[in-house]
Amino acid sequence: MTNPLTLAAPTTSRGVGPDRTGLLAVDATGLHKSFGAGSRRVRAVNGVDLQIRPGEVVAFLGPNGAGKTTTIDMLLGLSKPDAGSLTIFGRSPRAAIAHGLVSAVMQAGGLLKDLTVRETVAVTASLFAQSQPVDEVLERAGILDLAGRRVEKCSGGQQQRLRFAMALLSDPGLLILDEPTTGMDVEGRRDFWQAIRADTARGRTVIFATHYLEEADAYADRIVLVRRGEIVADGTAAEIKNLASGRTVTATAGNADAATLAAIPGVDSVESRAGKVRVRTKDSDAVARYLLTATDAVDLEITSHNLEDAFVALTGDQDETDETPEAPEAPETTGK
Amino acid sequence: MTTLPAAGPAASTLAGPRNVPPFGSFNATLLGIEIRRRFRNRRTLFFTVAFPVVMFLAFGLQYRDTSIDAGRTVAQGAPSVAAFIMISMAVYGAMMASTSAGGAVAIERQLGWSRQLRLTPLHPAANISVKILGGLSIGLVAVLATFATGLVIGVRLPIHVWIVAGTAAWLGSLVFTAMGLMVGYLVPSENVMQFMGPALAFLAFFGGLFQPLDQMAKPLQDIGVWTPTYGLGEIARAPLSGEAFNWLAVGNVILWLAVFGVGAALAFRRDTKRV
Repeated sequence: MTNPLTLAAPTTSRGVGPDRTGLLAVDATGLHKSFGAGSRRVRAVNGVDLQIRPGEVVAFLGPNGAGKTTTIDMLLGLSKPDAGSLTIFGRSPRAAIAHGLVSAVMQAGGLLKDLTVRETVAVTASLFAQSQPVDEVLERAGILDLAGRRVEKCSGGQQQRLRFAMALLSDPGLLILDEPTTGMDVEGRRDFWQAIRADTARGRTVIFATHYLEEADAYADRIVLVRRGEIVADGTAAEIKNLASGRTVTATAGNADAATLAAIPGVDSVESRAGKVRVRTKDSDAVARYLLTATDAVDLEITSHNLEDAFVALTGDQDETDETPEAPEAPETTGK
Repeated sequence: MTTLPAAGPAASTLAGPRNVPPFGSFNATLLGIEIRRRFRNRRTLFFTVAFPVVMFLAFGLQYRDTSIDAGRTVAQGAPSVAAFIMISMAVYGAMMASTSAGGAVAIERQLGWSRQLRLTPLHPAANISVKILGGLSIGLVAVLATFATGLVIGVRLPIHVWIVAGTAAWLGSLVFTAMGLMVGYLVPSENVMQFMGPALAFLAFFGGLFQPLDQMAKPLQDIGVWTPTYGLGEIARAPLSGEAFNWLAVGNVILWLAVFGVGAALAFRRDTKRV
């Protein structure tokens, strides 16, 4: 795996290795997946190594087209990797599905409009060898009072909790959520995550894809940052923030010399425009000291980075021109 | 990582030993809900049950006493033209039921339900069996409704003719389940029946379900024997005349069952590859 930002190797950042007490929930090595052919070939996933231990709550964070959905499709056995190996609790993804070890909440679709909420859950429950009681699952997803309602009459947030209820039926060891709160209002998102959080307390492994930074920060033990089909960072939210480490020093200084600033140890970048300088540095003290003692700098400010800065620094593309599709067009919704 | 521990307690019961469901997850709940869905769809009910009955009354009632046998009258025990039309309409109803049951996969694909099902242990063969049985359930109602209407208006046939003709119309419609599945896996449209309906009416006409083929112009007859509706209609009506078996009709049914069956299998494989 190439690592353009030379970050800590993903698999060592949290000492993730063979689990001492059992099988890894996810063990992926060298996953590759491309779509199309010839010059239009798109490498959606380009060498992903990922080991997830049982009980971890992992956010898959990245911009659209980073390869999140393609990776999830492979974890769920919906598509086969072109290369690489992948096991879920030691089994192939399809076998894991057949044994009810893994389930997923997709971001949209997957529901029959003419069924009621209870019928949808009951028919899904009937497909598993072992299943949780329907009403108990409805209760846990917070939709027991909607059981008799037709799916088409449910709001987006209610439908999402229905998908969540369906995913709970087999009591899976691994639950995968693909951008589960897309299109929900603030309240819907909060309720949804409350339900998930209550559930993960029971020790379920959860992987969720998101491009909401605050969701990754608030709900994940571990954040896997993906960009252009590769993992560019892997660690806790705090570790990810540290990776794009340092601070930004801004000041109004007409006579500050950009070259001199750039030569200060620790400085990553210098922007100078209309008498204002903006310096990203690992050593803000040195820059501040220089600006305040050797230049006419005023209005000096020092700001530390947040997860969003880290996200932008780690996933930002220098050549943001290509429109890498997340996956081939979903066959359910296209006319081709 | 290099090696996994050879043994050790499971990290949690969540990843503990599980069974794979028997019969590819085919079960009574799944079938029951499928059948309930078929009967819940008013448009399907209209076209599969009400429409053939209405058509039968509109065109068959007047021929209650018209014999199809030149040598005998209806009073002497010959089958009536009304009986002929009744069986044709039963074939039509069963065919509509089967096609819409198979074609329902188009809706399920568009809504992402097929993809959802692939996240469960449900085997595709079990799912297709449920579609077939769902179509047969409403097809049986269509056949019975048409035959009951016939009884009410005075169609009288030997018991074995009712049974053989009814069974042929009912089970023969499996050809159209295959056609519905093929189209359903090919066409990503929620409204697949909106164009399948007229297409089936067209096939029914040229296959001689609405009007006997031998009353049409010769070129139309030559085309008609190749339609998938022809063979089914002929076989279902064969017990009426008691004539020698029409091998052309049998060949027709086998040919179209093969075409639609292989087509459905290929379309299914293409579909699951890209989901």
